[in-house]
Amino acid sequence: MTKALSPAGPLAGQRGLPPRGMLAAFVALVVLAPFVLRPFQVSLLDYIALYALVALGLVLLTGIGGLTSFGQAAFVGLGAYATAVVTTSQNLPAWLSWAQGSPWGGLVVGLALTLAAALVIGSITLRLSGHYLPLGTIAWGISLFFLFGNLEWLGGHTGMGGLPPISLFGFELIDPAHFYYLAWAVLLAAIWMISNLLDSREGRAIRALRGGLVMAEAMGVDTSRQKMVIFVVAAVLACVAGWMYAHLQRFVNPSPFGINIGIEYLFMAVIGGSGYVWGALVGALVITLAKQWLQDWLPQLLGQSGNFEVIVFGLLMVLVLHRARQGLWPIVLRWAPVTSSPRPLDPTLEPLPQRPKPQRGSVILEARELTKRFGGLVANDKMSLTVKAGEILALIGPNGAGKSTLFNQLSGVDTPTEGKILFLGEDVTGKTSREIARMGMSRTFQHVRLLSNRSVLENVALGAHLRGRAGIFAAMLHLERREEAHLLAEAARQIERVGLWEHRFSEAGALALGQQRIVEIARALCADPCLLLLDEPAAGLRHKEKQALAELLDRLRAEGMGILLVEHDMDFVMGLADRVVVMEFGQKIAEGLPEEVQQNPAVLEAYLGGVQ
Amino acid sequence: MDFSIALILTQDGIVNGAVYVLLALALVLVFTVTRIIFIPQGEFVAFAALTLAMLENGRFPGTVWLVLAGGLAVCAMEARALVARHDWHYRVQVLGWNLAYPLVLWALAATIDWREAGQWGRIAFTLALIVPLGPMMFRVFFQPIASAPVLVLLIVAVAVHVALVGLGLWMFGAEGYRTLPLWDENFLVGPLRIPGQAVWVLGASLALIVLLAQFFSRTIYGKALRATAVNRNGARLMGISPNLAGRLTLMLAAAIGAVSGILVSPITTIYYDTGFLIGLKGFVAAIIGGLAAYPAAAAGALLVGLLESFSSFWASAYKEVIVFTLIIPVLFWRSLRTHHVEEEEE
Repeated sequence: MTKALSPAGPLAGQRGLPPRGMLAAFVALVVLAPFVLRPFQVSLLDYIALYALVALGLVLLTGIGGLTSFGQAAFVGLGAYATAVVTTSQNLPAWLSWAQGSPWGGLVVGLALTLAAALVIGSITLRLSGHYLPLGTIAWGISLFFLFGNLEWLGGHTGMGGLPPISLFGFELIDPAHFYYLAWAVLLAAIWMISNLLDSREGRAIRALRGGLVMAEAMGVDTSRQKMVIFVVAAVLACVAGWMYAHLQRFVNPSPFGINIGIEYLFMAVIGGSGYVWGALVGALVITLAKQWLQDWLPQLLGQSGNFEVIVFGLLMVLVLHRARQGLWPIVLRWAPVTSSPRPLDPTLEPLPQRPKPQRGSVILEARELTKRFGGLVANDKMSLTVKAGEILALIGPNGAGKSTLFNQLSGVDTPTEGKILFLGEDVTGKTSREIARMGMSRTFQHVRLLSNRSVLENVALGAHLRGRAGIFAAMLHLERREEAHLLAEAARQIERVGLWEHRFSEAGALALGQQRIVEIARALCADPCLLLLDEPAAGLRHKEKQALAELLDRLRAEGMGILLVEHDMDFVMGLADRVVVMEFGQKIAEGLPEEVQQNPAVLEAYLGGVQ
Repeated sequence: MDFSIALILTQDGIVNGAVYVLLALALVLVFTVTRIIFIPQGEFVAFAALTLAMLENGRFPGTVWLVLAGGLAVCAMEARALVARHDWHYRVQVLGWNLAYPLVLWALAATIDWREAGQWGRIAFTLALIVPLGPMMFRVFFQPIASAPVLVLLIVAVAVHVALVGLGLWMFGAEGYRTLPLWDENFLVGPLRIPGQAVWVLGASLALIVLLAQFFSRTIYGKALRATAVNRNGARLMGISPNLAGRLTLMLAAAIGAVSGILVSPITTIYYDTGFLIGLKGFVAAIIGGLAAYPAAAAGALLVGLLESFSSFWASAYKEVIVFTLIIPVLFWRSLRTHHVEEEEE
């Protein structure tokens, strides 16, 4: 397998700077900027860094995770008000006295508060389908804004002043040019950590949220936890930005934390490019500079004073979503002289440990009299079947026979109304698909569920999710590189096993449909299963591809894998399967060897209509 | 609090609630037919109220410019589409509604002294100005991305809202207005003093609901919208154009919003940005109905109205906080009712 794991070959267009060089140049620019720019420009850059920090959270939440919040400004407010109270109040309760007067104490209190608020709000709204979360965040953003403005001890609408500056190693950050380094250091560190996170096992799990929850759960991803993680991370980034904002201004009042500003943060993320960490910075830069400029210019044009820049922002936003939904960052990238090559895969790694496999010929899956009713409709009526290790069982039947319903129950997506499912001798009826995946059952989907703009390698590596354990913090700091290398090497191995080696770095969406089905099989194999459930794997494949697939399944069977195949293609099934189960109207009408089933009158009638 | 205060607060709550009912119905309608979470609904309310106020004060309503600009934008977009498809079939209709009609409105606004036109004349002209904004908005902002995910449509809706608030400030200024009541008399019923305007609000809301119900059950267009709401693709296969459905829906939404604005503006002072909060309260109600059920949304709207009036008595500063925090238990209740993994779009 040495050929398999050698570094990527030369790529086309190997000109320009590698990303690292570009990054170093950018950091140098950031460091030098205060020496060149005028004070008000430096101060503007302070704010841009803070806004970008909030927008970065939204990139993770919205662009990557597919959840949206208009209420990030409220989290910024929580961070700002927490530190304002802690650093200026004279009568803090005794249990908070340790923090009194210290901005760092304020940060800790703010983070604790934000964490609690995010957990409560998240646990309520994240379970709901997509659009309730943004609506919920609008509502709670407004609530919190009015609360800030009406609570006497928060200074009401006039706010609170006299906050101390942040001091770092005894050095007080009063001058915006000094504060600048703190703000940008925090921002760059956050960008680094979020990029690390996205380039890890946890990151793949987060991206999987967009591939559909059923798929993610089938790969063993705890989607509720993953949603909560990104919601909390986004809230924490906003809170830290609020903390810095409060000590930069040395004053807080409710207006920067209202719903309009919350909307503006989302605009920054979307306009900059919500799928890219650097999009947050581009968006913050563009919106802040445009705001500065439009606020001077528009009132003159319209002959009135007021915040007319929102007209432009609103229309710009519509334009971006109509014409360039990816935002500005991909456009910037197109012009930047940057090329990146995929990270080489390490050939010397030993394979990941594998689970003990059941003995060939032993029963691994047994369905006992499964009945599924949807209201009055009986979709499955007392269906029984068994799959043994080292055999291919084909489940066939005309459209609407109830194959998919059965498939869903076996894989834990759906719960049977009656009956029992035993997997490896254990009762798994009513278990979630995640638990079942963990036990060693892996599946593919009838409608391909791949992240089409990610590489084949990344898609397949998602299958190995349950074979790694590094958590979110290890991922952010890239302390899990050894484990990650193992996971990627495993993914590469499975890609080679299914014969898609030359496509490992291609975007999954660029592959032909038949190849995408094979990628799904590789992803399933990556989980080290002892049972594969394949939902119409041959659909859309050309003759040669079908042959290759049959060879692959044959090889897997020889290695002792149990395979349950739902398929329409008779030639494919009959040449490959050990046994066949035929369904019609939710019931099993025949079972046996392929030749027997082909002669069965009930089957002939189901497929060809009554024989005259 | 004694019984008579409670009665007065209940009366207030029901009157406000009646308006939220209308908005909630419009929001549910728009969401079910087009999947747009229609944040700019409140702008119709505010723009109608302020247009009416401009006419009462004898000032030129800036809404005319908005209709003209919207019409021009539609014409430009249609022209592009027509050139691309070489299909000149609808050109008279497009030009008529989007160029001639706004020009007529402009001429009327410029020549007639609306202070002399009577309350009903001003209301009719206000409706004539606000209602076409709905279909124009759909054509320009939503039709090009009608099949995008709900989340993208929502973000566009928010963006449109933001732009409209800015335009509202430019058209109407930062000052708030109240319009003349339709009925100046008061009625004394026991301890209650019922203003004529309250009677109007309740009566008109009820009438509008009955009218909508008739529209949806009796007319072919109403049935087409219902079909689209039930199954978009199925309706399309039956020859119901999703674009027509979208324009029609936003026209209804604009009409409902405009009527709401005309009804509440004698009771509440309306500013250019008041619409957002009013519309959001409609949303709280619509969410109680799961953005799908009309009766539940209506009940939710009355609940919001009552909650608002009682909380303004007990803790007036926290009125908004209380109303918008209501959404949290409501969402929680809904989250207990929805069972987990559903097949999402995208």
